Amino acid sequence: MRVNWKTYNSGKFFDEIISSPGFARKPARRLASHLASLTHDELLEKKRAADLAIKTMGISFTVYSDAGNIDREWPYDIIPRIIAEKEWDQTSLGLQQRLRALNCFINDTYNDQKIFRDKIIPKELVLDSTNFRKECMGINPKYGVWAHICGTDLIKGDDGQFYVLEDNLRVPSGVSYMLENRRVTKRVFPELFENHRIRPITEYPAQLFDTLAAISPRPSDYPEVVVLTPGAFNSAYFEHSFLAQRMGAELVEGGDLVVEKDKVFMRTIDGLSQVDVVYRRIDDMFLDPKVFRKDSTLGVPGLFKSWVKGNVALANAPGAGVADDKIIYTYVPAMIKYYLGEEPLLPNVESFLCVDKLQRQHVLQNLDKLVIKPANESGGYGMLIGPQASKRELAEFARRIKADPRNYMAQPLISLSTVPILGERIVEPRHVDLRPFILQADKTHVTAGGLTRVAMLKGSFIVNSSQGGGSKDTWIVGDK
Amino acid sequence: MLSRVAERIYWQARYLERAENTARLLSVFSTLLLDLPPGTKLSWRSLVEITGTDRAFDGKYKQANERNVMRFLLLDSASSLLNTLENTRENARTTREIMPLEAFEQINDLFHYAKDNAAGSIAGGSRYKFLEEIISSCHEISGLMAGSMSRGAAYSFVRLGRSLERADMATRIIDVGSGNLLTNIGVGAKPAEFNEPYENTLWMNILRSLTAYQMYRQHVKHRVNGEDVVRFLLQDDDFPRAATHVLITITKVLKHLPNNTKAAKQVDKTLRIIEKGNISKLLDAGLFQYLDDLQVEIAKIHTSIADTWFLPHK
Repeated sequence: MRVNWKTYNSGKFFDEIISSPGFARKPARRLASHLASLTHDELLEKKRAADLAIKTMGISFTVYSDAGNIDREWPYDIIPRIIAEKEWDQTSLGLQQRLRALNCFINDTYNDQKIFRDKIIPKELVLDSTNFRKECMGINPKYGVWAHICGTDLIKGDDGQFYVLEDNLRVPSGVSYMLENRRVTKRVFPELFENHRIRPITEYPAQLFDTLAAISPRPSDYPEVVVLTPGAFNSAYFEHSFLAQRMGAELVEGGDLVVEKDKVFMRTIDGLSQVDVVYRRIDDMFLDPKVFRKDSTLGVPGLFKSWVKGNVALANAPGAGVADDKIIYTYVPAMIKYYLGEEPLLPNVESFLCVDKLQRQHVLQNLDKLVIKPANESGGYGMLIGPQASKRELAEFARRIKADPRNYMAQPLISLSTVPILGERIVEPRHVDLRPFILQADKTHVTAGGLTRVAMLKGSFIVNSSQGGGSKDTWIVGDK
Repeated sequence: MLSRVAERIYWQARYLERAENTARLLSVFSTLLLDLPPGTKLSWRSLVEITGTDRAFDGKYKQANERNVMRFLLLDSASSLLNTLENTRENARTTREIMPLEAFEQINDLFHYAKDNAAGSIAGGSRYKFLEEIISSCHEISGLMAGSMSRGAAYSFVRLGRSLERADMATRIIDVGSGNLLTNIGVGAKPAEFNEPYENTLWMNILRSLTAYQMYRQHVKHRVNGEDVVRFLLQDDDFPRAATHVLITITKVLKHLPNNTKAAKQVDKTLRIIEKGNISKLLDAGLFQYLDDLQVEIAKIHTSIADTWFLPHK
């Protein structure tokens, strides 16, 4: 049996490949007709080849569970997602604009606090954020940039437009899977690359290295850049190791680093060797037991002071997470206007702040229609999806919102767009989001596309890999 | 190079070598048993004793039959083949930013192969093929590293780990071969002449378990006998798994590493002990004590390497 696009039906949702039964959207036409030329068995054969490649290449992630940590093979669907080059270029400008404004905001928060005085954002909201670090007041990192690496989650609504769902400014992960997905697709679908002009994504590790090298406090052609990982048991360890390898940087754990006279060194077989830039993949609170959590064994005592003194660069800077807060998120369009004097190129998803009395009333009255998010959870945890929740869950969330309004915001249940995935019997539509990665130091870079995450269960909107989500290679395709 | 990375690379190489040695030992021992006379005291249990895991075994199993012993050694103990491969993989996984990408992929593949097939390879027929596959994959991986790694610090630690594991294995095999196996090989109170052919079979298989049989035949003109085999495995300069050769390799590798004095001294000391060993006298008396002492010195080489280059353990 061959793929039949006439029976493929995404219902009321916007499908990125098929516009109406049997008709593919323009950038996806070649892909759609190629898929239609293959039998389902041939596609399943490719899927098996992909699964095997992923197992052999050791592309994995760790799932924490009661039964211990499990190293799982990365879930990948073989049908690529297609985005037109023109559309992407515009989106990419919007992403850069957003990160520039966010960095202005973080720098302002820890220095002059003009945006509070000008009453654009209520000061208490920011200073109350669990990600605000008072220890960072008065620090001014190079280029005024605090968040050097940002992963912004985008979704497409019913109108086919990209919307920003959230900005991840702490330790966003997923970029290694974006790169590996492409490698796997090349193995299983080489023929597709011949008749498409697909933008390459391979420069990311070099751009990441350049970004990190640019913030080195010591002027040098080859600054010592290290990736600081919590260790092999962390869910993103694969990525830490992958990025270190691709950048030719050392992958270090807390125990490998030592601070002497406010300078950071790593322990090598030749003795101590000075480190210039730490790309840390450890949360703020675990970074330095002298400043943050005292019980942290993952961090490096003295690291923070060394950063404050300007002897080492940290990416992302401690405290950058203050803008990675679902409440602050709602103010990003205002920040763009305030700091850059520009109109936002990428819209936010409509949001309601529970801290505001009127908006909270609206939220409480419409709980069963909204998605409720806590300010500082990631990975899809602690959320309530109103339309799918039980009466008990709704009541529980109403209680939580009233008890701690600052910690909650709500958004309408967005109809995430769909793309086809290869099911056991047929090709079927599933909901997706997109996480592009944006880099900023002296220059800004945006990945060509990003990591597409797929909710593999029919009807589900949950795309997180820790909760059964899958992924896809994402192609930015030009007119041939 | 980071101290922690050096340590993991070293252990990865050691575990890989250990996996290969274990696979070969199991394979050789299985064939050895086929050659022995009915009624011999040498049994599957001896294999557990060779690997020094008899206590753990007795805690788990009542009967030391082929099935239980093989299950235990292949997949059901801390030092099982599968566990050794898992340790290899874990160390490779945590050094993959340094090691060649393909090396990790092959180690990962090998682990998955062993995991998927170990349980089905306990019985005699499929076991042979399984063990052969493990051995040849280990060779492939070593070959890949040799062919694609620069001769820098990382490769030095690969060689150190592999060499130390070989030195350990050579002395251990001689130890159990000349002790446990030799005394158990006889059938009851039969005269020595009856047992002699089996003794030779035993020594031949000891050589085989270190891939040394062919080289021994080419380089030692005498027919296989205990004294020459022990001398060959301890004192030969040229055979790559002989203790002396392995230690000379370590000496050469150490020259490329910084702060090598302590480790180099310990290797020298160990080499002198081997050199001075009078094998024929030792075979009459004192071999076990001698081998014990030797193993202590080899362990000290490891300690000196760890003290010099690895992260201090809290």
